[in-house]
Amino acid sequence: MKIMVAIKRVVDYAVKIRVKPDKSGVETQNVKMSMNPFCEIALEEALRIKESGIASEVVAVSMGPSHCIDTIRTGLAMGADRGIHVEYLNALYPLSVAKLLKALVDVEKPGLLILGKQAIDDDCNQTGQMIAGLLKWPQGTFASKVVLDMEKQSAIVDREVDGGIETLCLDLPAVITTDLRLNQPRYATLPNIMKAKSKAIKKYTPQDLNVDIRRDLEVVHVTEPPKRKAGVMLSSVNELIDKLKNEARII
Amino acid sequence: ISTLVVAEHEGGCIKASSVNAVEAAKLLGHDNSITVLLAGSGPSLERAASSASSCHPSVSKVLVAHSDRFTHSLAEPWARLIQLVQQSGGYSHVVAASGSFGKNIVPRAAALLDVSPVTDVTQISEPLQFVRPIYAGNALCTVRYTGAEPCLLTIRSTSFPVDLQETGSKSNDAPISRVDLSTFEEESIGKSRYMKLTSQDTERPDLGNARVVVTGGRGLKSAENFKMIEKLAEKLGGAVGATRAAVDAGFVPNDLQVGQTGKIVAPELYMAFGVSGAIQHIAGMRDSKVIVAVNKDSDAPIFQVADYGLVGDLFEVIPELIEKLPDKK
Repeated sequence: MKIMVAIKRVVDYAVKIRVKPDKSGVETQNVKMSMNPFCEIALEEALRIKESGIASEVVAVSMGPSHCIDTIRTGLAMGADRGIHVEYLNALYPLSVAKLLKALVDVEKPGLLILGKQAIDDDCNQTGQMIAGLLKWPQGTFASKVVLDMEKQSAIVDREVDGGIETLCLDLPAVITTDLRLNQPRYATLPNIMKAKSKAIKKYTPQDLNVDIRRDLEVVHVTEPPKRKAGVMLSSVNELIDKLKNEARII
Repeated sequence: ISTLVVAEHEGGCIKASSVNAVEAAKLLGHDNSITVLLAGSGPSLERAASSASSCHPSVSKVLVAHSDRFTHSLAEPWARLIQLVQQSGGYSHVVAASGSFGKNIVPRAAALLDVSPVTDVTQISEPLQFVRPIYAGNALCTVRYTGAEPCLLTIRSTSFPVDLQETGSKSNDAPISRVDLSTFEEESIGKSRYMKLTSQDTERPDLGNARVVVTGGRGLKSAENFKMIEKLAEKLGGAVGATRAAVDAGFVPNDLQVGQTGKIVAPELYMAFGVSGAIQHIAGMRDSKVIVAVNKDSDAPIFQVADYGLVGDLFEVIPELIEKLPDKK
């Protein structure tokens, strides 16, 4: 079985983001970029499945400008076998990403598609569900545990839902999106970083894949959230209770 | 405008977060006819339908889909249901609350309808213009939907509070009708099966809707110590929350996690003990009305968002609070 993993290049999770003065978006020039943390978890899960002997190949896909190749190289250094880069210079919304992924699934025919549940830049949390819908595959979103049963051609997925953990059984092929607790992604070692340089990355354009990139969303502006006004520091529990009672009038 | 609100129900009652979705739908425009869609099976669905018909004065119709396929809110049949109901009703908007149900189902339905959804909306400025937080709430993005109908939204329920007096004052029994499921089948249905739900039953209020939330962080040091948080929450009639660090350390289960990757809460009173204030956590509680932070580190970032800060040892402060706070009537 082949596993396809989608990975996104985003502003590193540790960077404190800045909104551009013209409100057109968030500053990404000269900012450290990394693989989206949920995508790292997705790739790690695919690699573990391969290492357990169930999968034969892990293909990492990224979409966007040529810088995405760096992210794919990181994925290859973690252990992915091959990379696919869909080059596109403008903004790509989840529906277009899902359509491009569907076209790649038609070419590559993976038995499992793993994605991060959301990207930490736009926080959309949509692409996995959308590609599953387009493919008519079952979906296991927000996964905290995945167990594959190749005899039954199914995946048992624990999902983090409001109020607990839901367990589903999905027929393969399926789409899984990963939550934070699924695993702890590995670091790429130096020998693997060297090895990754010779791994193949195939390039496509949306035209090659016959996907029409539609723009049905428009960013009007991006602003900073309103700041909370500075609070007061208190010196005792009595003072706190007094404030809650007589100033905030909440207890 | 006409809006389909995709609602959840539990124990024969429409969920509070779905009523928030109705409230959000109301804000889409004046001449908006709002239809609530419920699905499932059994007598609890009938009761939920009648609760939905009078849950909010803006509801003009309730649609009910009776089938065992909807009992466990699997994305595959539910997304197909939304597609079917949308196509027969021609709604301009489809709205659901942004809980794990809506997040799982709405984007899939959007793909079936070939439109881009707008998820986690916190403000509706125009019928097709919305504000949604990005970068874990560190920026707010105003987006305009320019695509074909319908416009699919998930809304953050804490951003659309329902005026209880308004909903209570007018008894409104919207008509209830059944969804025709004769053309329902789809290829993906049956490929996913529900097995079980492992949940923590508590008598405390639901974290997402509680008036008071008492949260513990890594500073609690152990699951045993975390009981102090529970005791204080009980005293205040509130819910218990936790940071990701506390969840990862195994003090409490993950369904108590407050933050960008956990629950987003906006109670009247949020009390944080031993919480440092990571941006991921703050994203989940910054809209609380009053924030109290107790931490022994005076430089902890949580103090930057707290209305009332107290530098101190939580192992002394919590017992003192429990002793001195008035009992909740």
